[in-house]
Amino acid sequence: MSTGRVMIYKRFERFWHWSQAVLIIGMMITGFEIHGTYKLLGFGTAVRLHTLFAWTVLVLWAFTIVWQFTTGEWRQYLPGLRNVDAMIRYYLYGIFHGGKHPFHKTVLQKHNPLQRLAYLAFLALMGPMIWGSGLLYLFYNQWPNFGLDAYLSLEWVAFVHVIGAFTITTFFFVHVYLTTTGPTLFSHIRAMITGYEEEHEQK
Amino acid sequence: MRRLTNLCLFLFVIQFTSAFASTTNHAELDALRGPFSTGPDVTRACLACHTEAGHQVQKSVHWTWEKINPTTGKKLGKKFAANNFCGSPISNEPRCTSCHAGYGWSDKNFDFTKQENVDCLACHDTTGTYKKVPTDAGHPLYEPREMPPGSGKIVQPPDLAKIAQSVGKPGRGNCGACHFNGGGGDAVKHGDLDSSLTKPGKALDVHMGVDGLNMVCADCHTANDHQISGSRYATRATDPHGIDLPRDDHDRATCESCHGATPHKEAKLDDHTNRVACQSCHIPEYARGGLATKMLWDWSTAGKRGPDGKPLYIMDEHGHLIYSAEKGDFKYAENVRPEYKWYNGVVHQITFTDKIDDSQILELNRVEGSASDPKARIWPFKVMHGKQPYDKVNKTLLVNHVFGADDTSLWSNFDYVKSLKAGMDYAGLPYSGEFGFIETRMNWFITHMVAPKDKTVPCGECHTRSPEGRLAGLKDFYMPGRDANPWLDRIGWTIVALAILGGLTHGIFRILIARRNRRGP
Repeated sequence: MSTGRVMIYKRFERFWHWSQAVLIIGMMITGFEIHGTYKLLGFGTAVRLHTLFAWTVLVLWAFTIVWQFTTGEWRQYLPGLRNVDAMIRYYLYGIFHGGKHPFHKTVLQKHNPLQRLAYLAFLALMGPMIWGSGLLYLFYNQWPNFGLDAYLSLEWVAFVHVIGAFTITTFFFVHVYLTTTGPTLFSHIRAMITGYEEEHEQK
Repeated sequence: MRRLTNLCLFLFVIQFTSAFASTTNHAELDALRGPFSTGPDVTRACLACHTEAGHQVQKSVHWTWEKINPTTGKKLGKKFAANNFCGSPISNEPRCTSCHAGYGWSDKNFDFTKQENVDCLACHDTTGTYKKVPTDAGHPLYEPREMPPGSGKIVQPPDLAKIAQSVGKPGRGNCGACHFNGGGGDAVKHGDLDSSLTKPGKALDVHMGVDGLNMVCADCHTANDHQISGSRYATRATDPHGIDLPRDDHDRATCESCHGATPHKEAKLDDHTNRVACQSCHIPEYARGGLATKMLWDWSTAGKRGPDGKPLYIMDEHGHLIYSAEKGDFKYAENVRPEYKWYNGVVHQITFTDKIDDSQILELNRVEGSASDPKARIWPFKVMHGKQPYDKVNKTLLVNHVFGADDTSLWSNFDYVKSLKAGMDYAGLPYSGEFGFIETRMNWFITHMVAPKDKTVPCGECHTRSPEGRLAGLKDFYMPGRDANPWLDRIGWTIVALAILGGLTHGIFRILIARRNRRGP
């Protein structure tokens, strides 16, 4: 019994989310080929695509950061520890027994407390790790111009980059699974496509 | 800007590749009317006008067969440096000096000051009919002769007057007559130089291809006063001078001379040039022209006779001599992937007077370099395997007297006891009389037979975890795609697997419990 539709994810946000999703999946596939895990496109093609995707995501992020600040949406990522325990209890218990989701999405609060923590971790830890190491990797030949070759080795930069890659890959699978934990299996994904969250008044 | 540079370079190359007219028609010169009875007669006629040419050639390595290694200061050249092909020209002069740019170097008393003994025609004949007899100390044929002896084939001498009247710039055939045939036959020695380059297609050599740029050897191996540019034992590992302009040193025998240090359209490819020689990617294989090159020469087995008591010779199914009573066992290969080594421009070449270590395989010309050496690049090599005679007491390699119709030469008598003693005595070097055979390796720089760009080595042939990867043997640096921390991979994939498994388990529980709840407790 839906009582109304609320636009939770705006057009730019949805564009951002899905283009970033494609780019990140592309970077995971090409990245692990560059890492030597398997052979798919060929090393050269994988490197070219990986680099192209990386620059594209950077441009996308540049736009997104401006969007976040001009719209004030950046506040959606401010974390808090309040109700995190409720979320954990829900995922560990409530969800199995038809318990009610402890968080109600609104335009002003679209992320539940666990999401806020997870996305903040992405922004504060995984992002810098993957971008920092990735840009250093890409500009390996320019290290001597900045005196960086005295402090860095390619092996360690690659090591950090691969840690970032594994972390993001893990994040990706957990993220995809959690999309199925809405009122129905696909309701979260539908909301991310249409932008509208169905307002349910169940039970 | 880059397009403009390319255009300039193209025009620059074209001026050397297109035949531009000389201001002299040699056919109209009285001095060249002939007839000439010998090579030196022709040379005297040349020198009447080209007064400095003789002096210039006499300073060149084509004449002296001597060169001071610029990086180690060691005196090298065919008289001193050891190789694992034929051995040494010393005591074998009449045979070996068929590739000397001169006439009459038949023994160690050859007079290197006589200008008329300079051979102009070997390099400047344009008719393709001038040939030096393989066994006549650099002379061409002067009288009709049955060659090979007993074959019934009578070979006519070349027309020296006609050749003298049509001299010109050296073509591929002039250089190739010797450089394609090093080591005693076509394609034997270098691996990247053989007669397939006389009229190559673009696919075999992108510069020399007659269907492409149609360049000749001398377009890159430019000469100043008859000093030909190019490597002397120690190939330049890199050419930091970059693109050469006409006012420069007129030395274009490096890739960088024309292409510069950053010739690629893609920055990541240019990022390689400070560590990888151009040749490593642009010459995917050597001996690509349909001719097999010699990969192994084992002198230790020479001297076998067949059941008929005659010296034994065995051919393989391709018509390659794989055993010769004169020379031992051979192995050949075509389309060979090079071996890759770090190289910084320094080569440690063994000479006949060097003390050697006979407890291990002897590397005759070790190339220096490592990943931590900024001057070093990864270079491709043909590594020639050999086994050759050495003095077990004095620990030196031995000069072997192989050629000559006498009672000591190996190829007439098949007796190392005699041939090694004769060789060392003739060379004036100490010899204990106790010889053995030592296994040797020799590095041959692969730098010709440059493939078109669509045939370069794909990135993944080096950037691969496969033990068959081209750079699998160079372990002193971290290379993406090849190297990875195995523990990071194990832990990383475990965590990813746990995340997926956790999601699946969580999901299955949701379904099961939901079902049970629907049925009611």
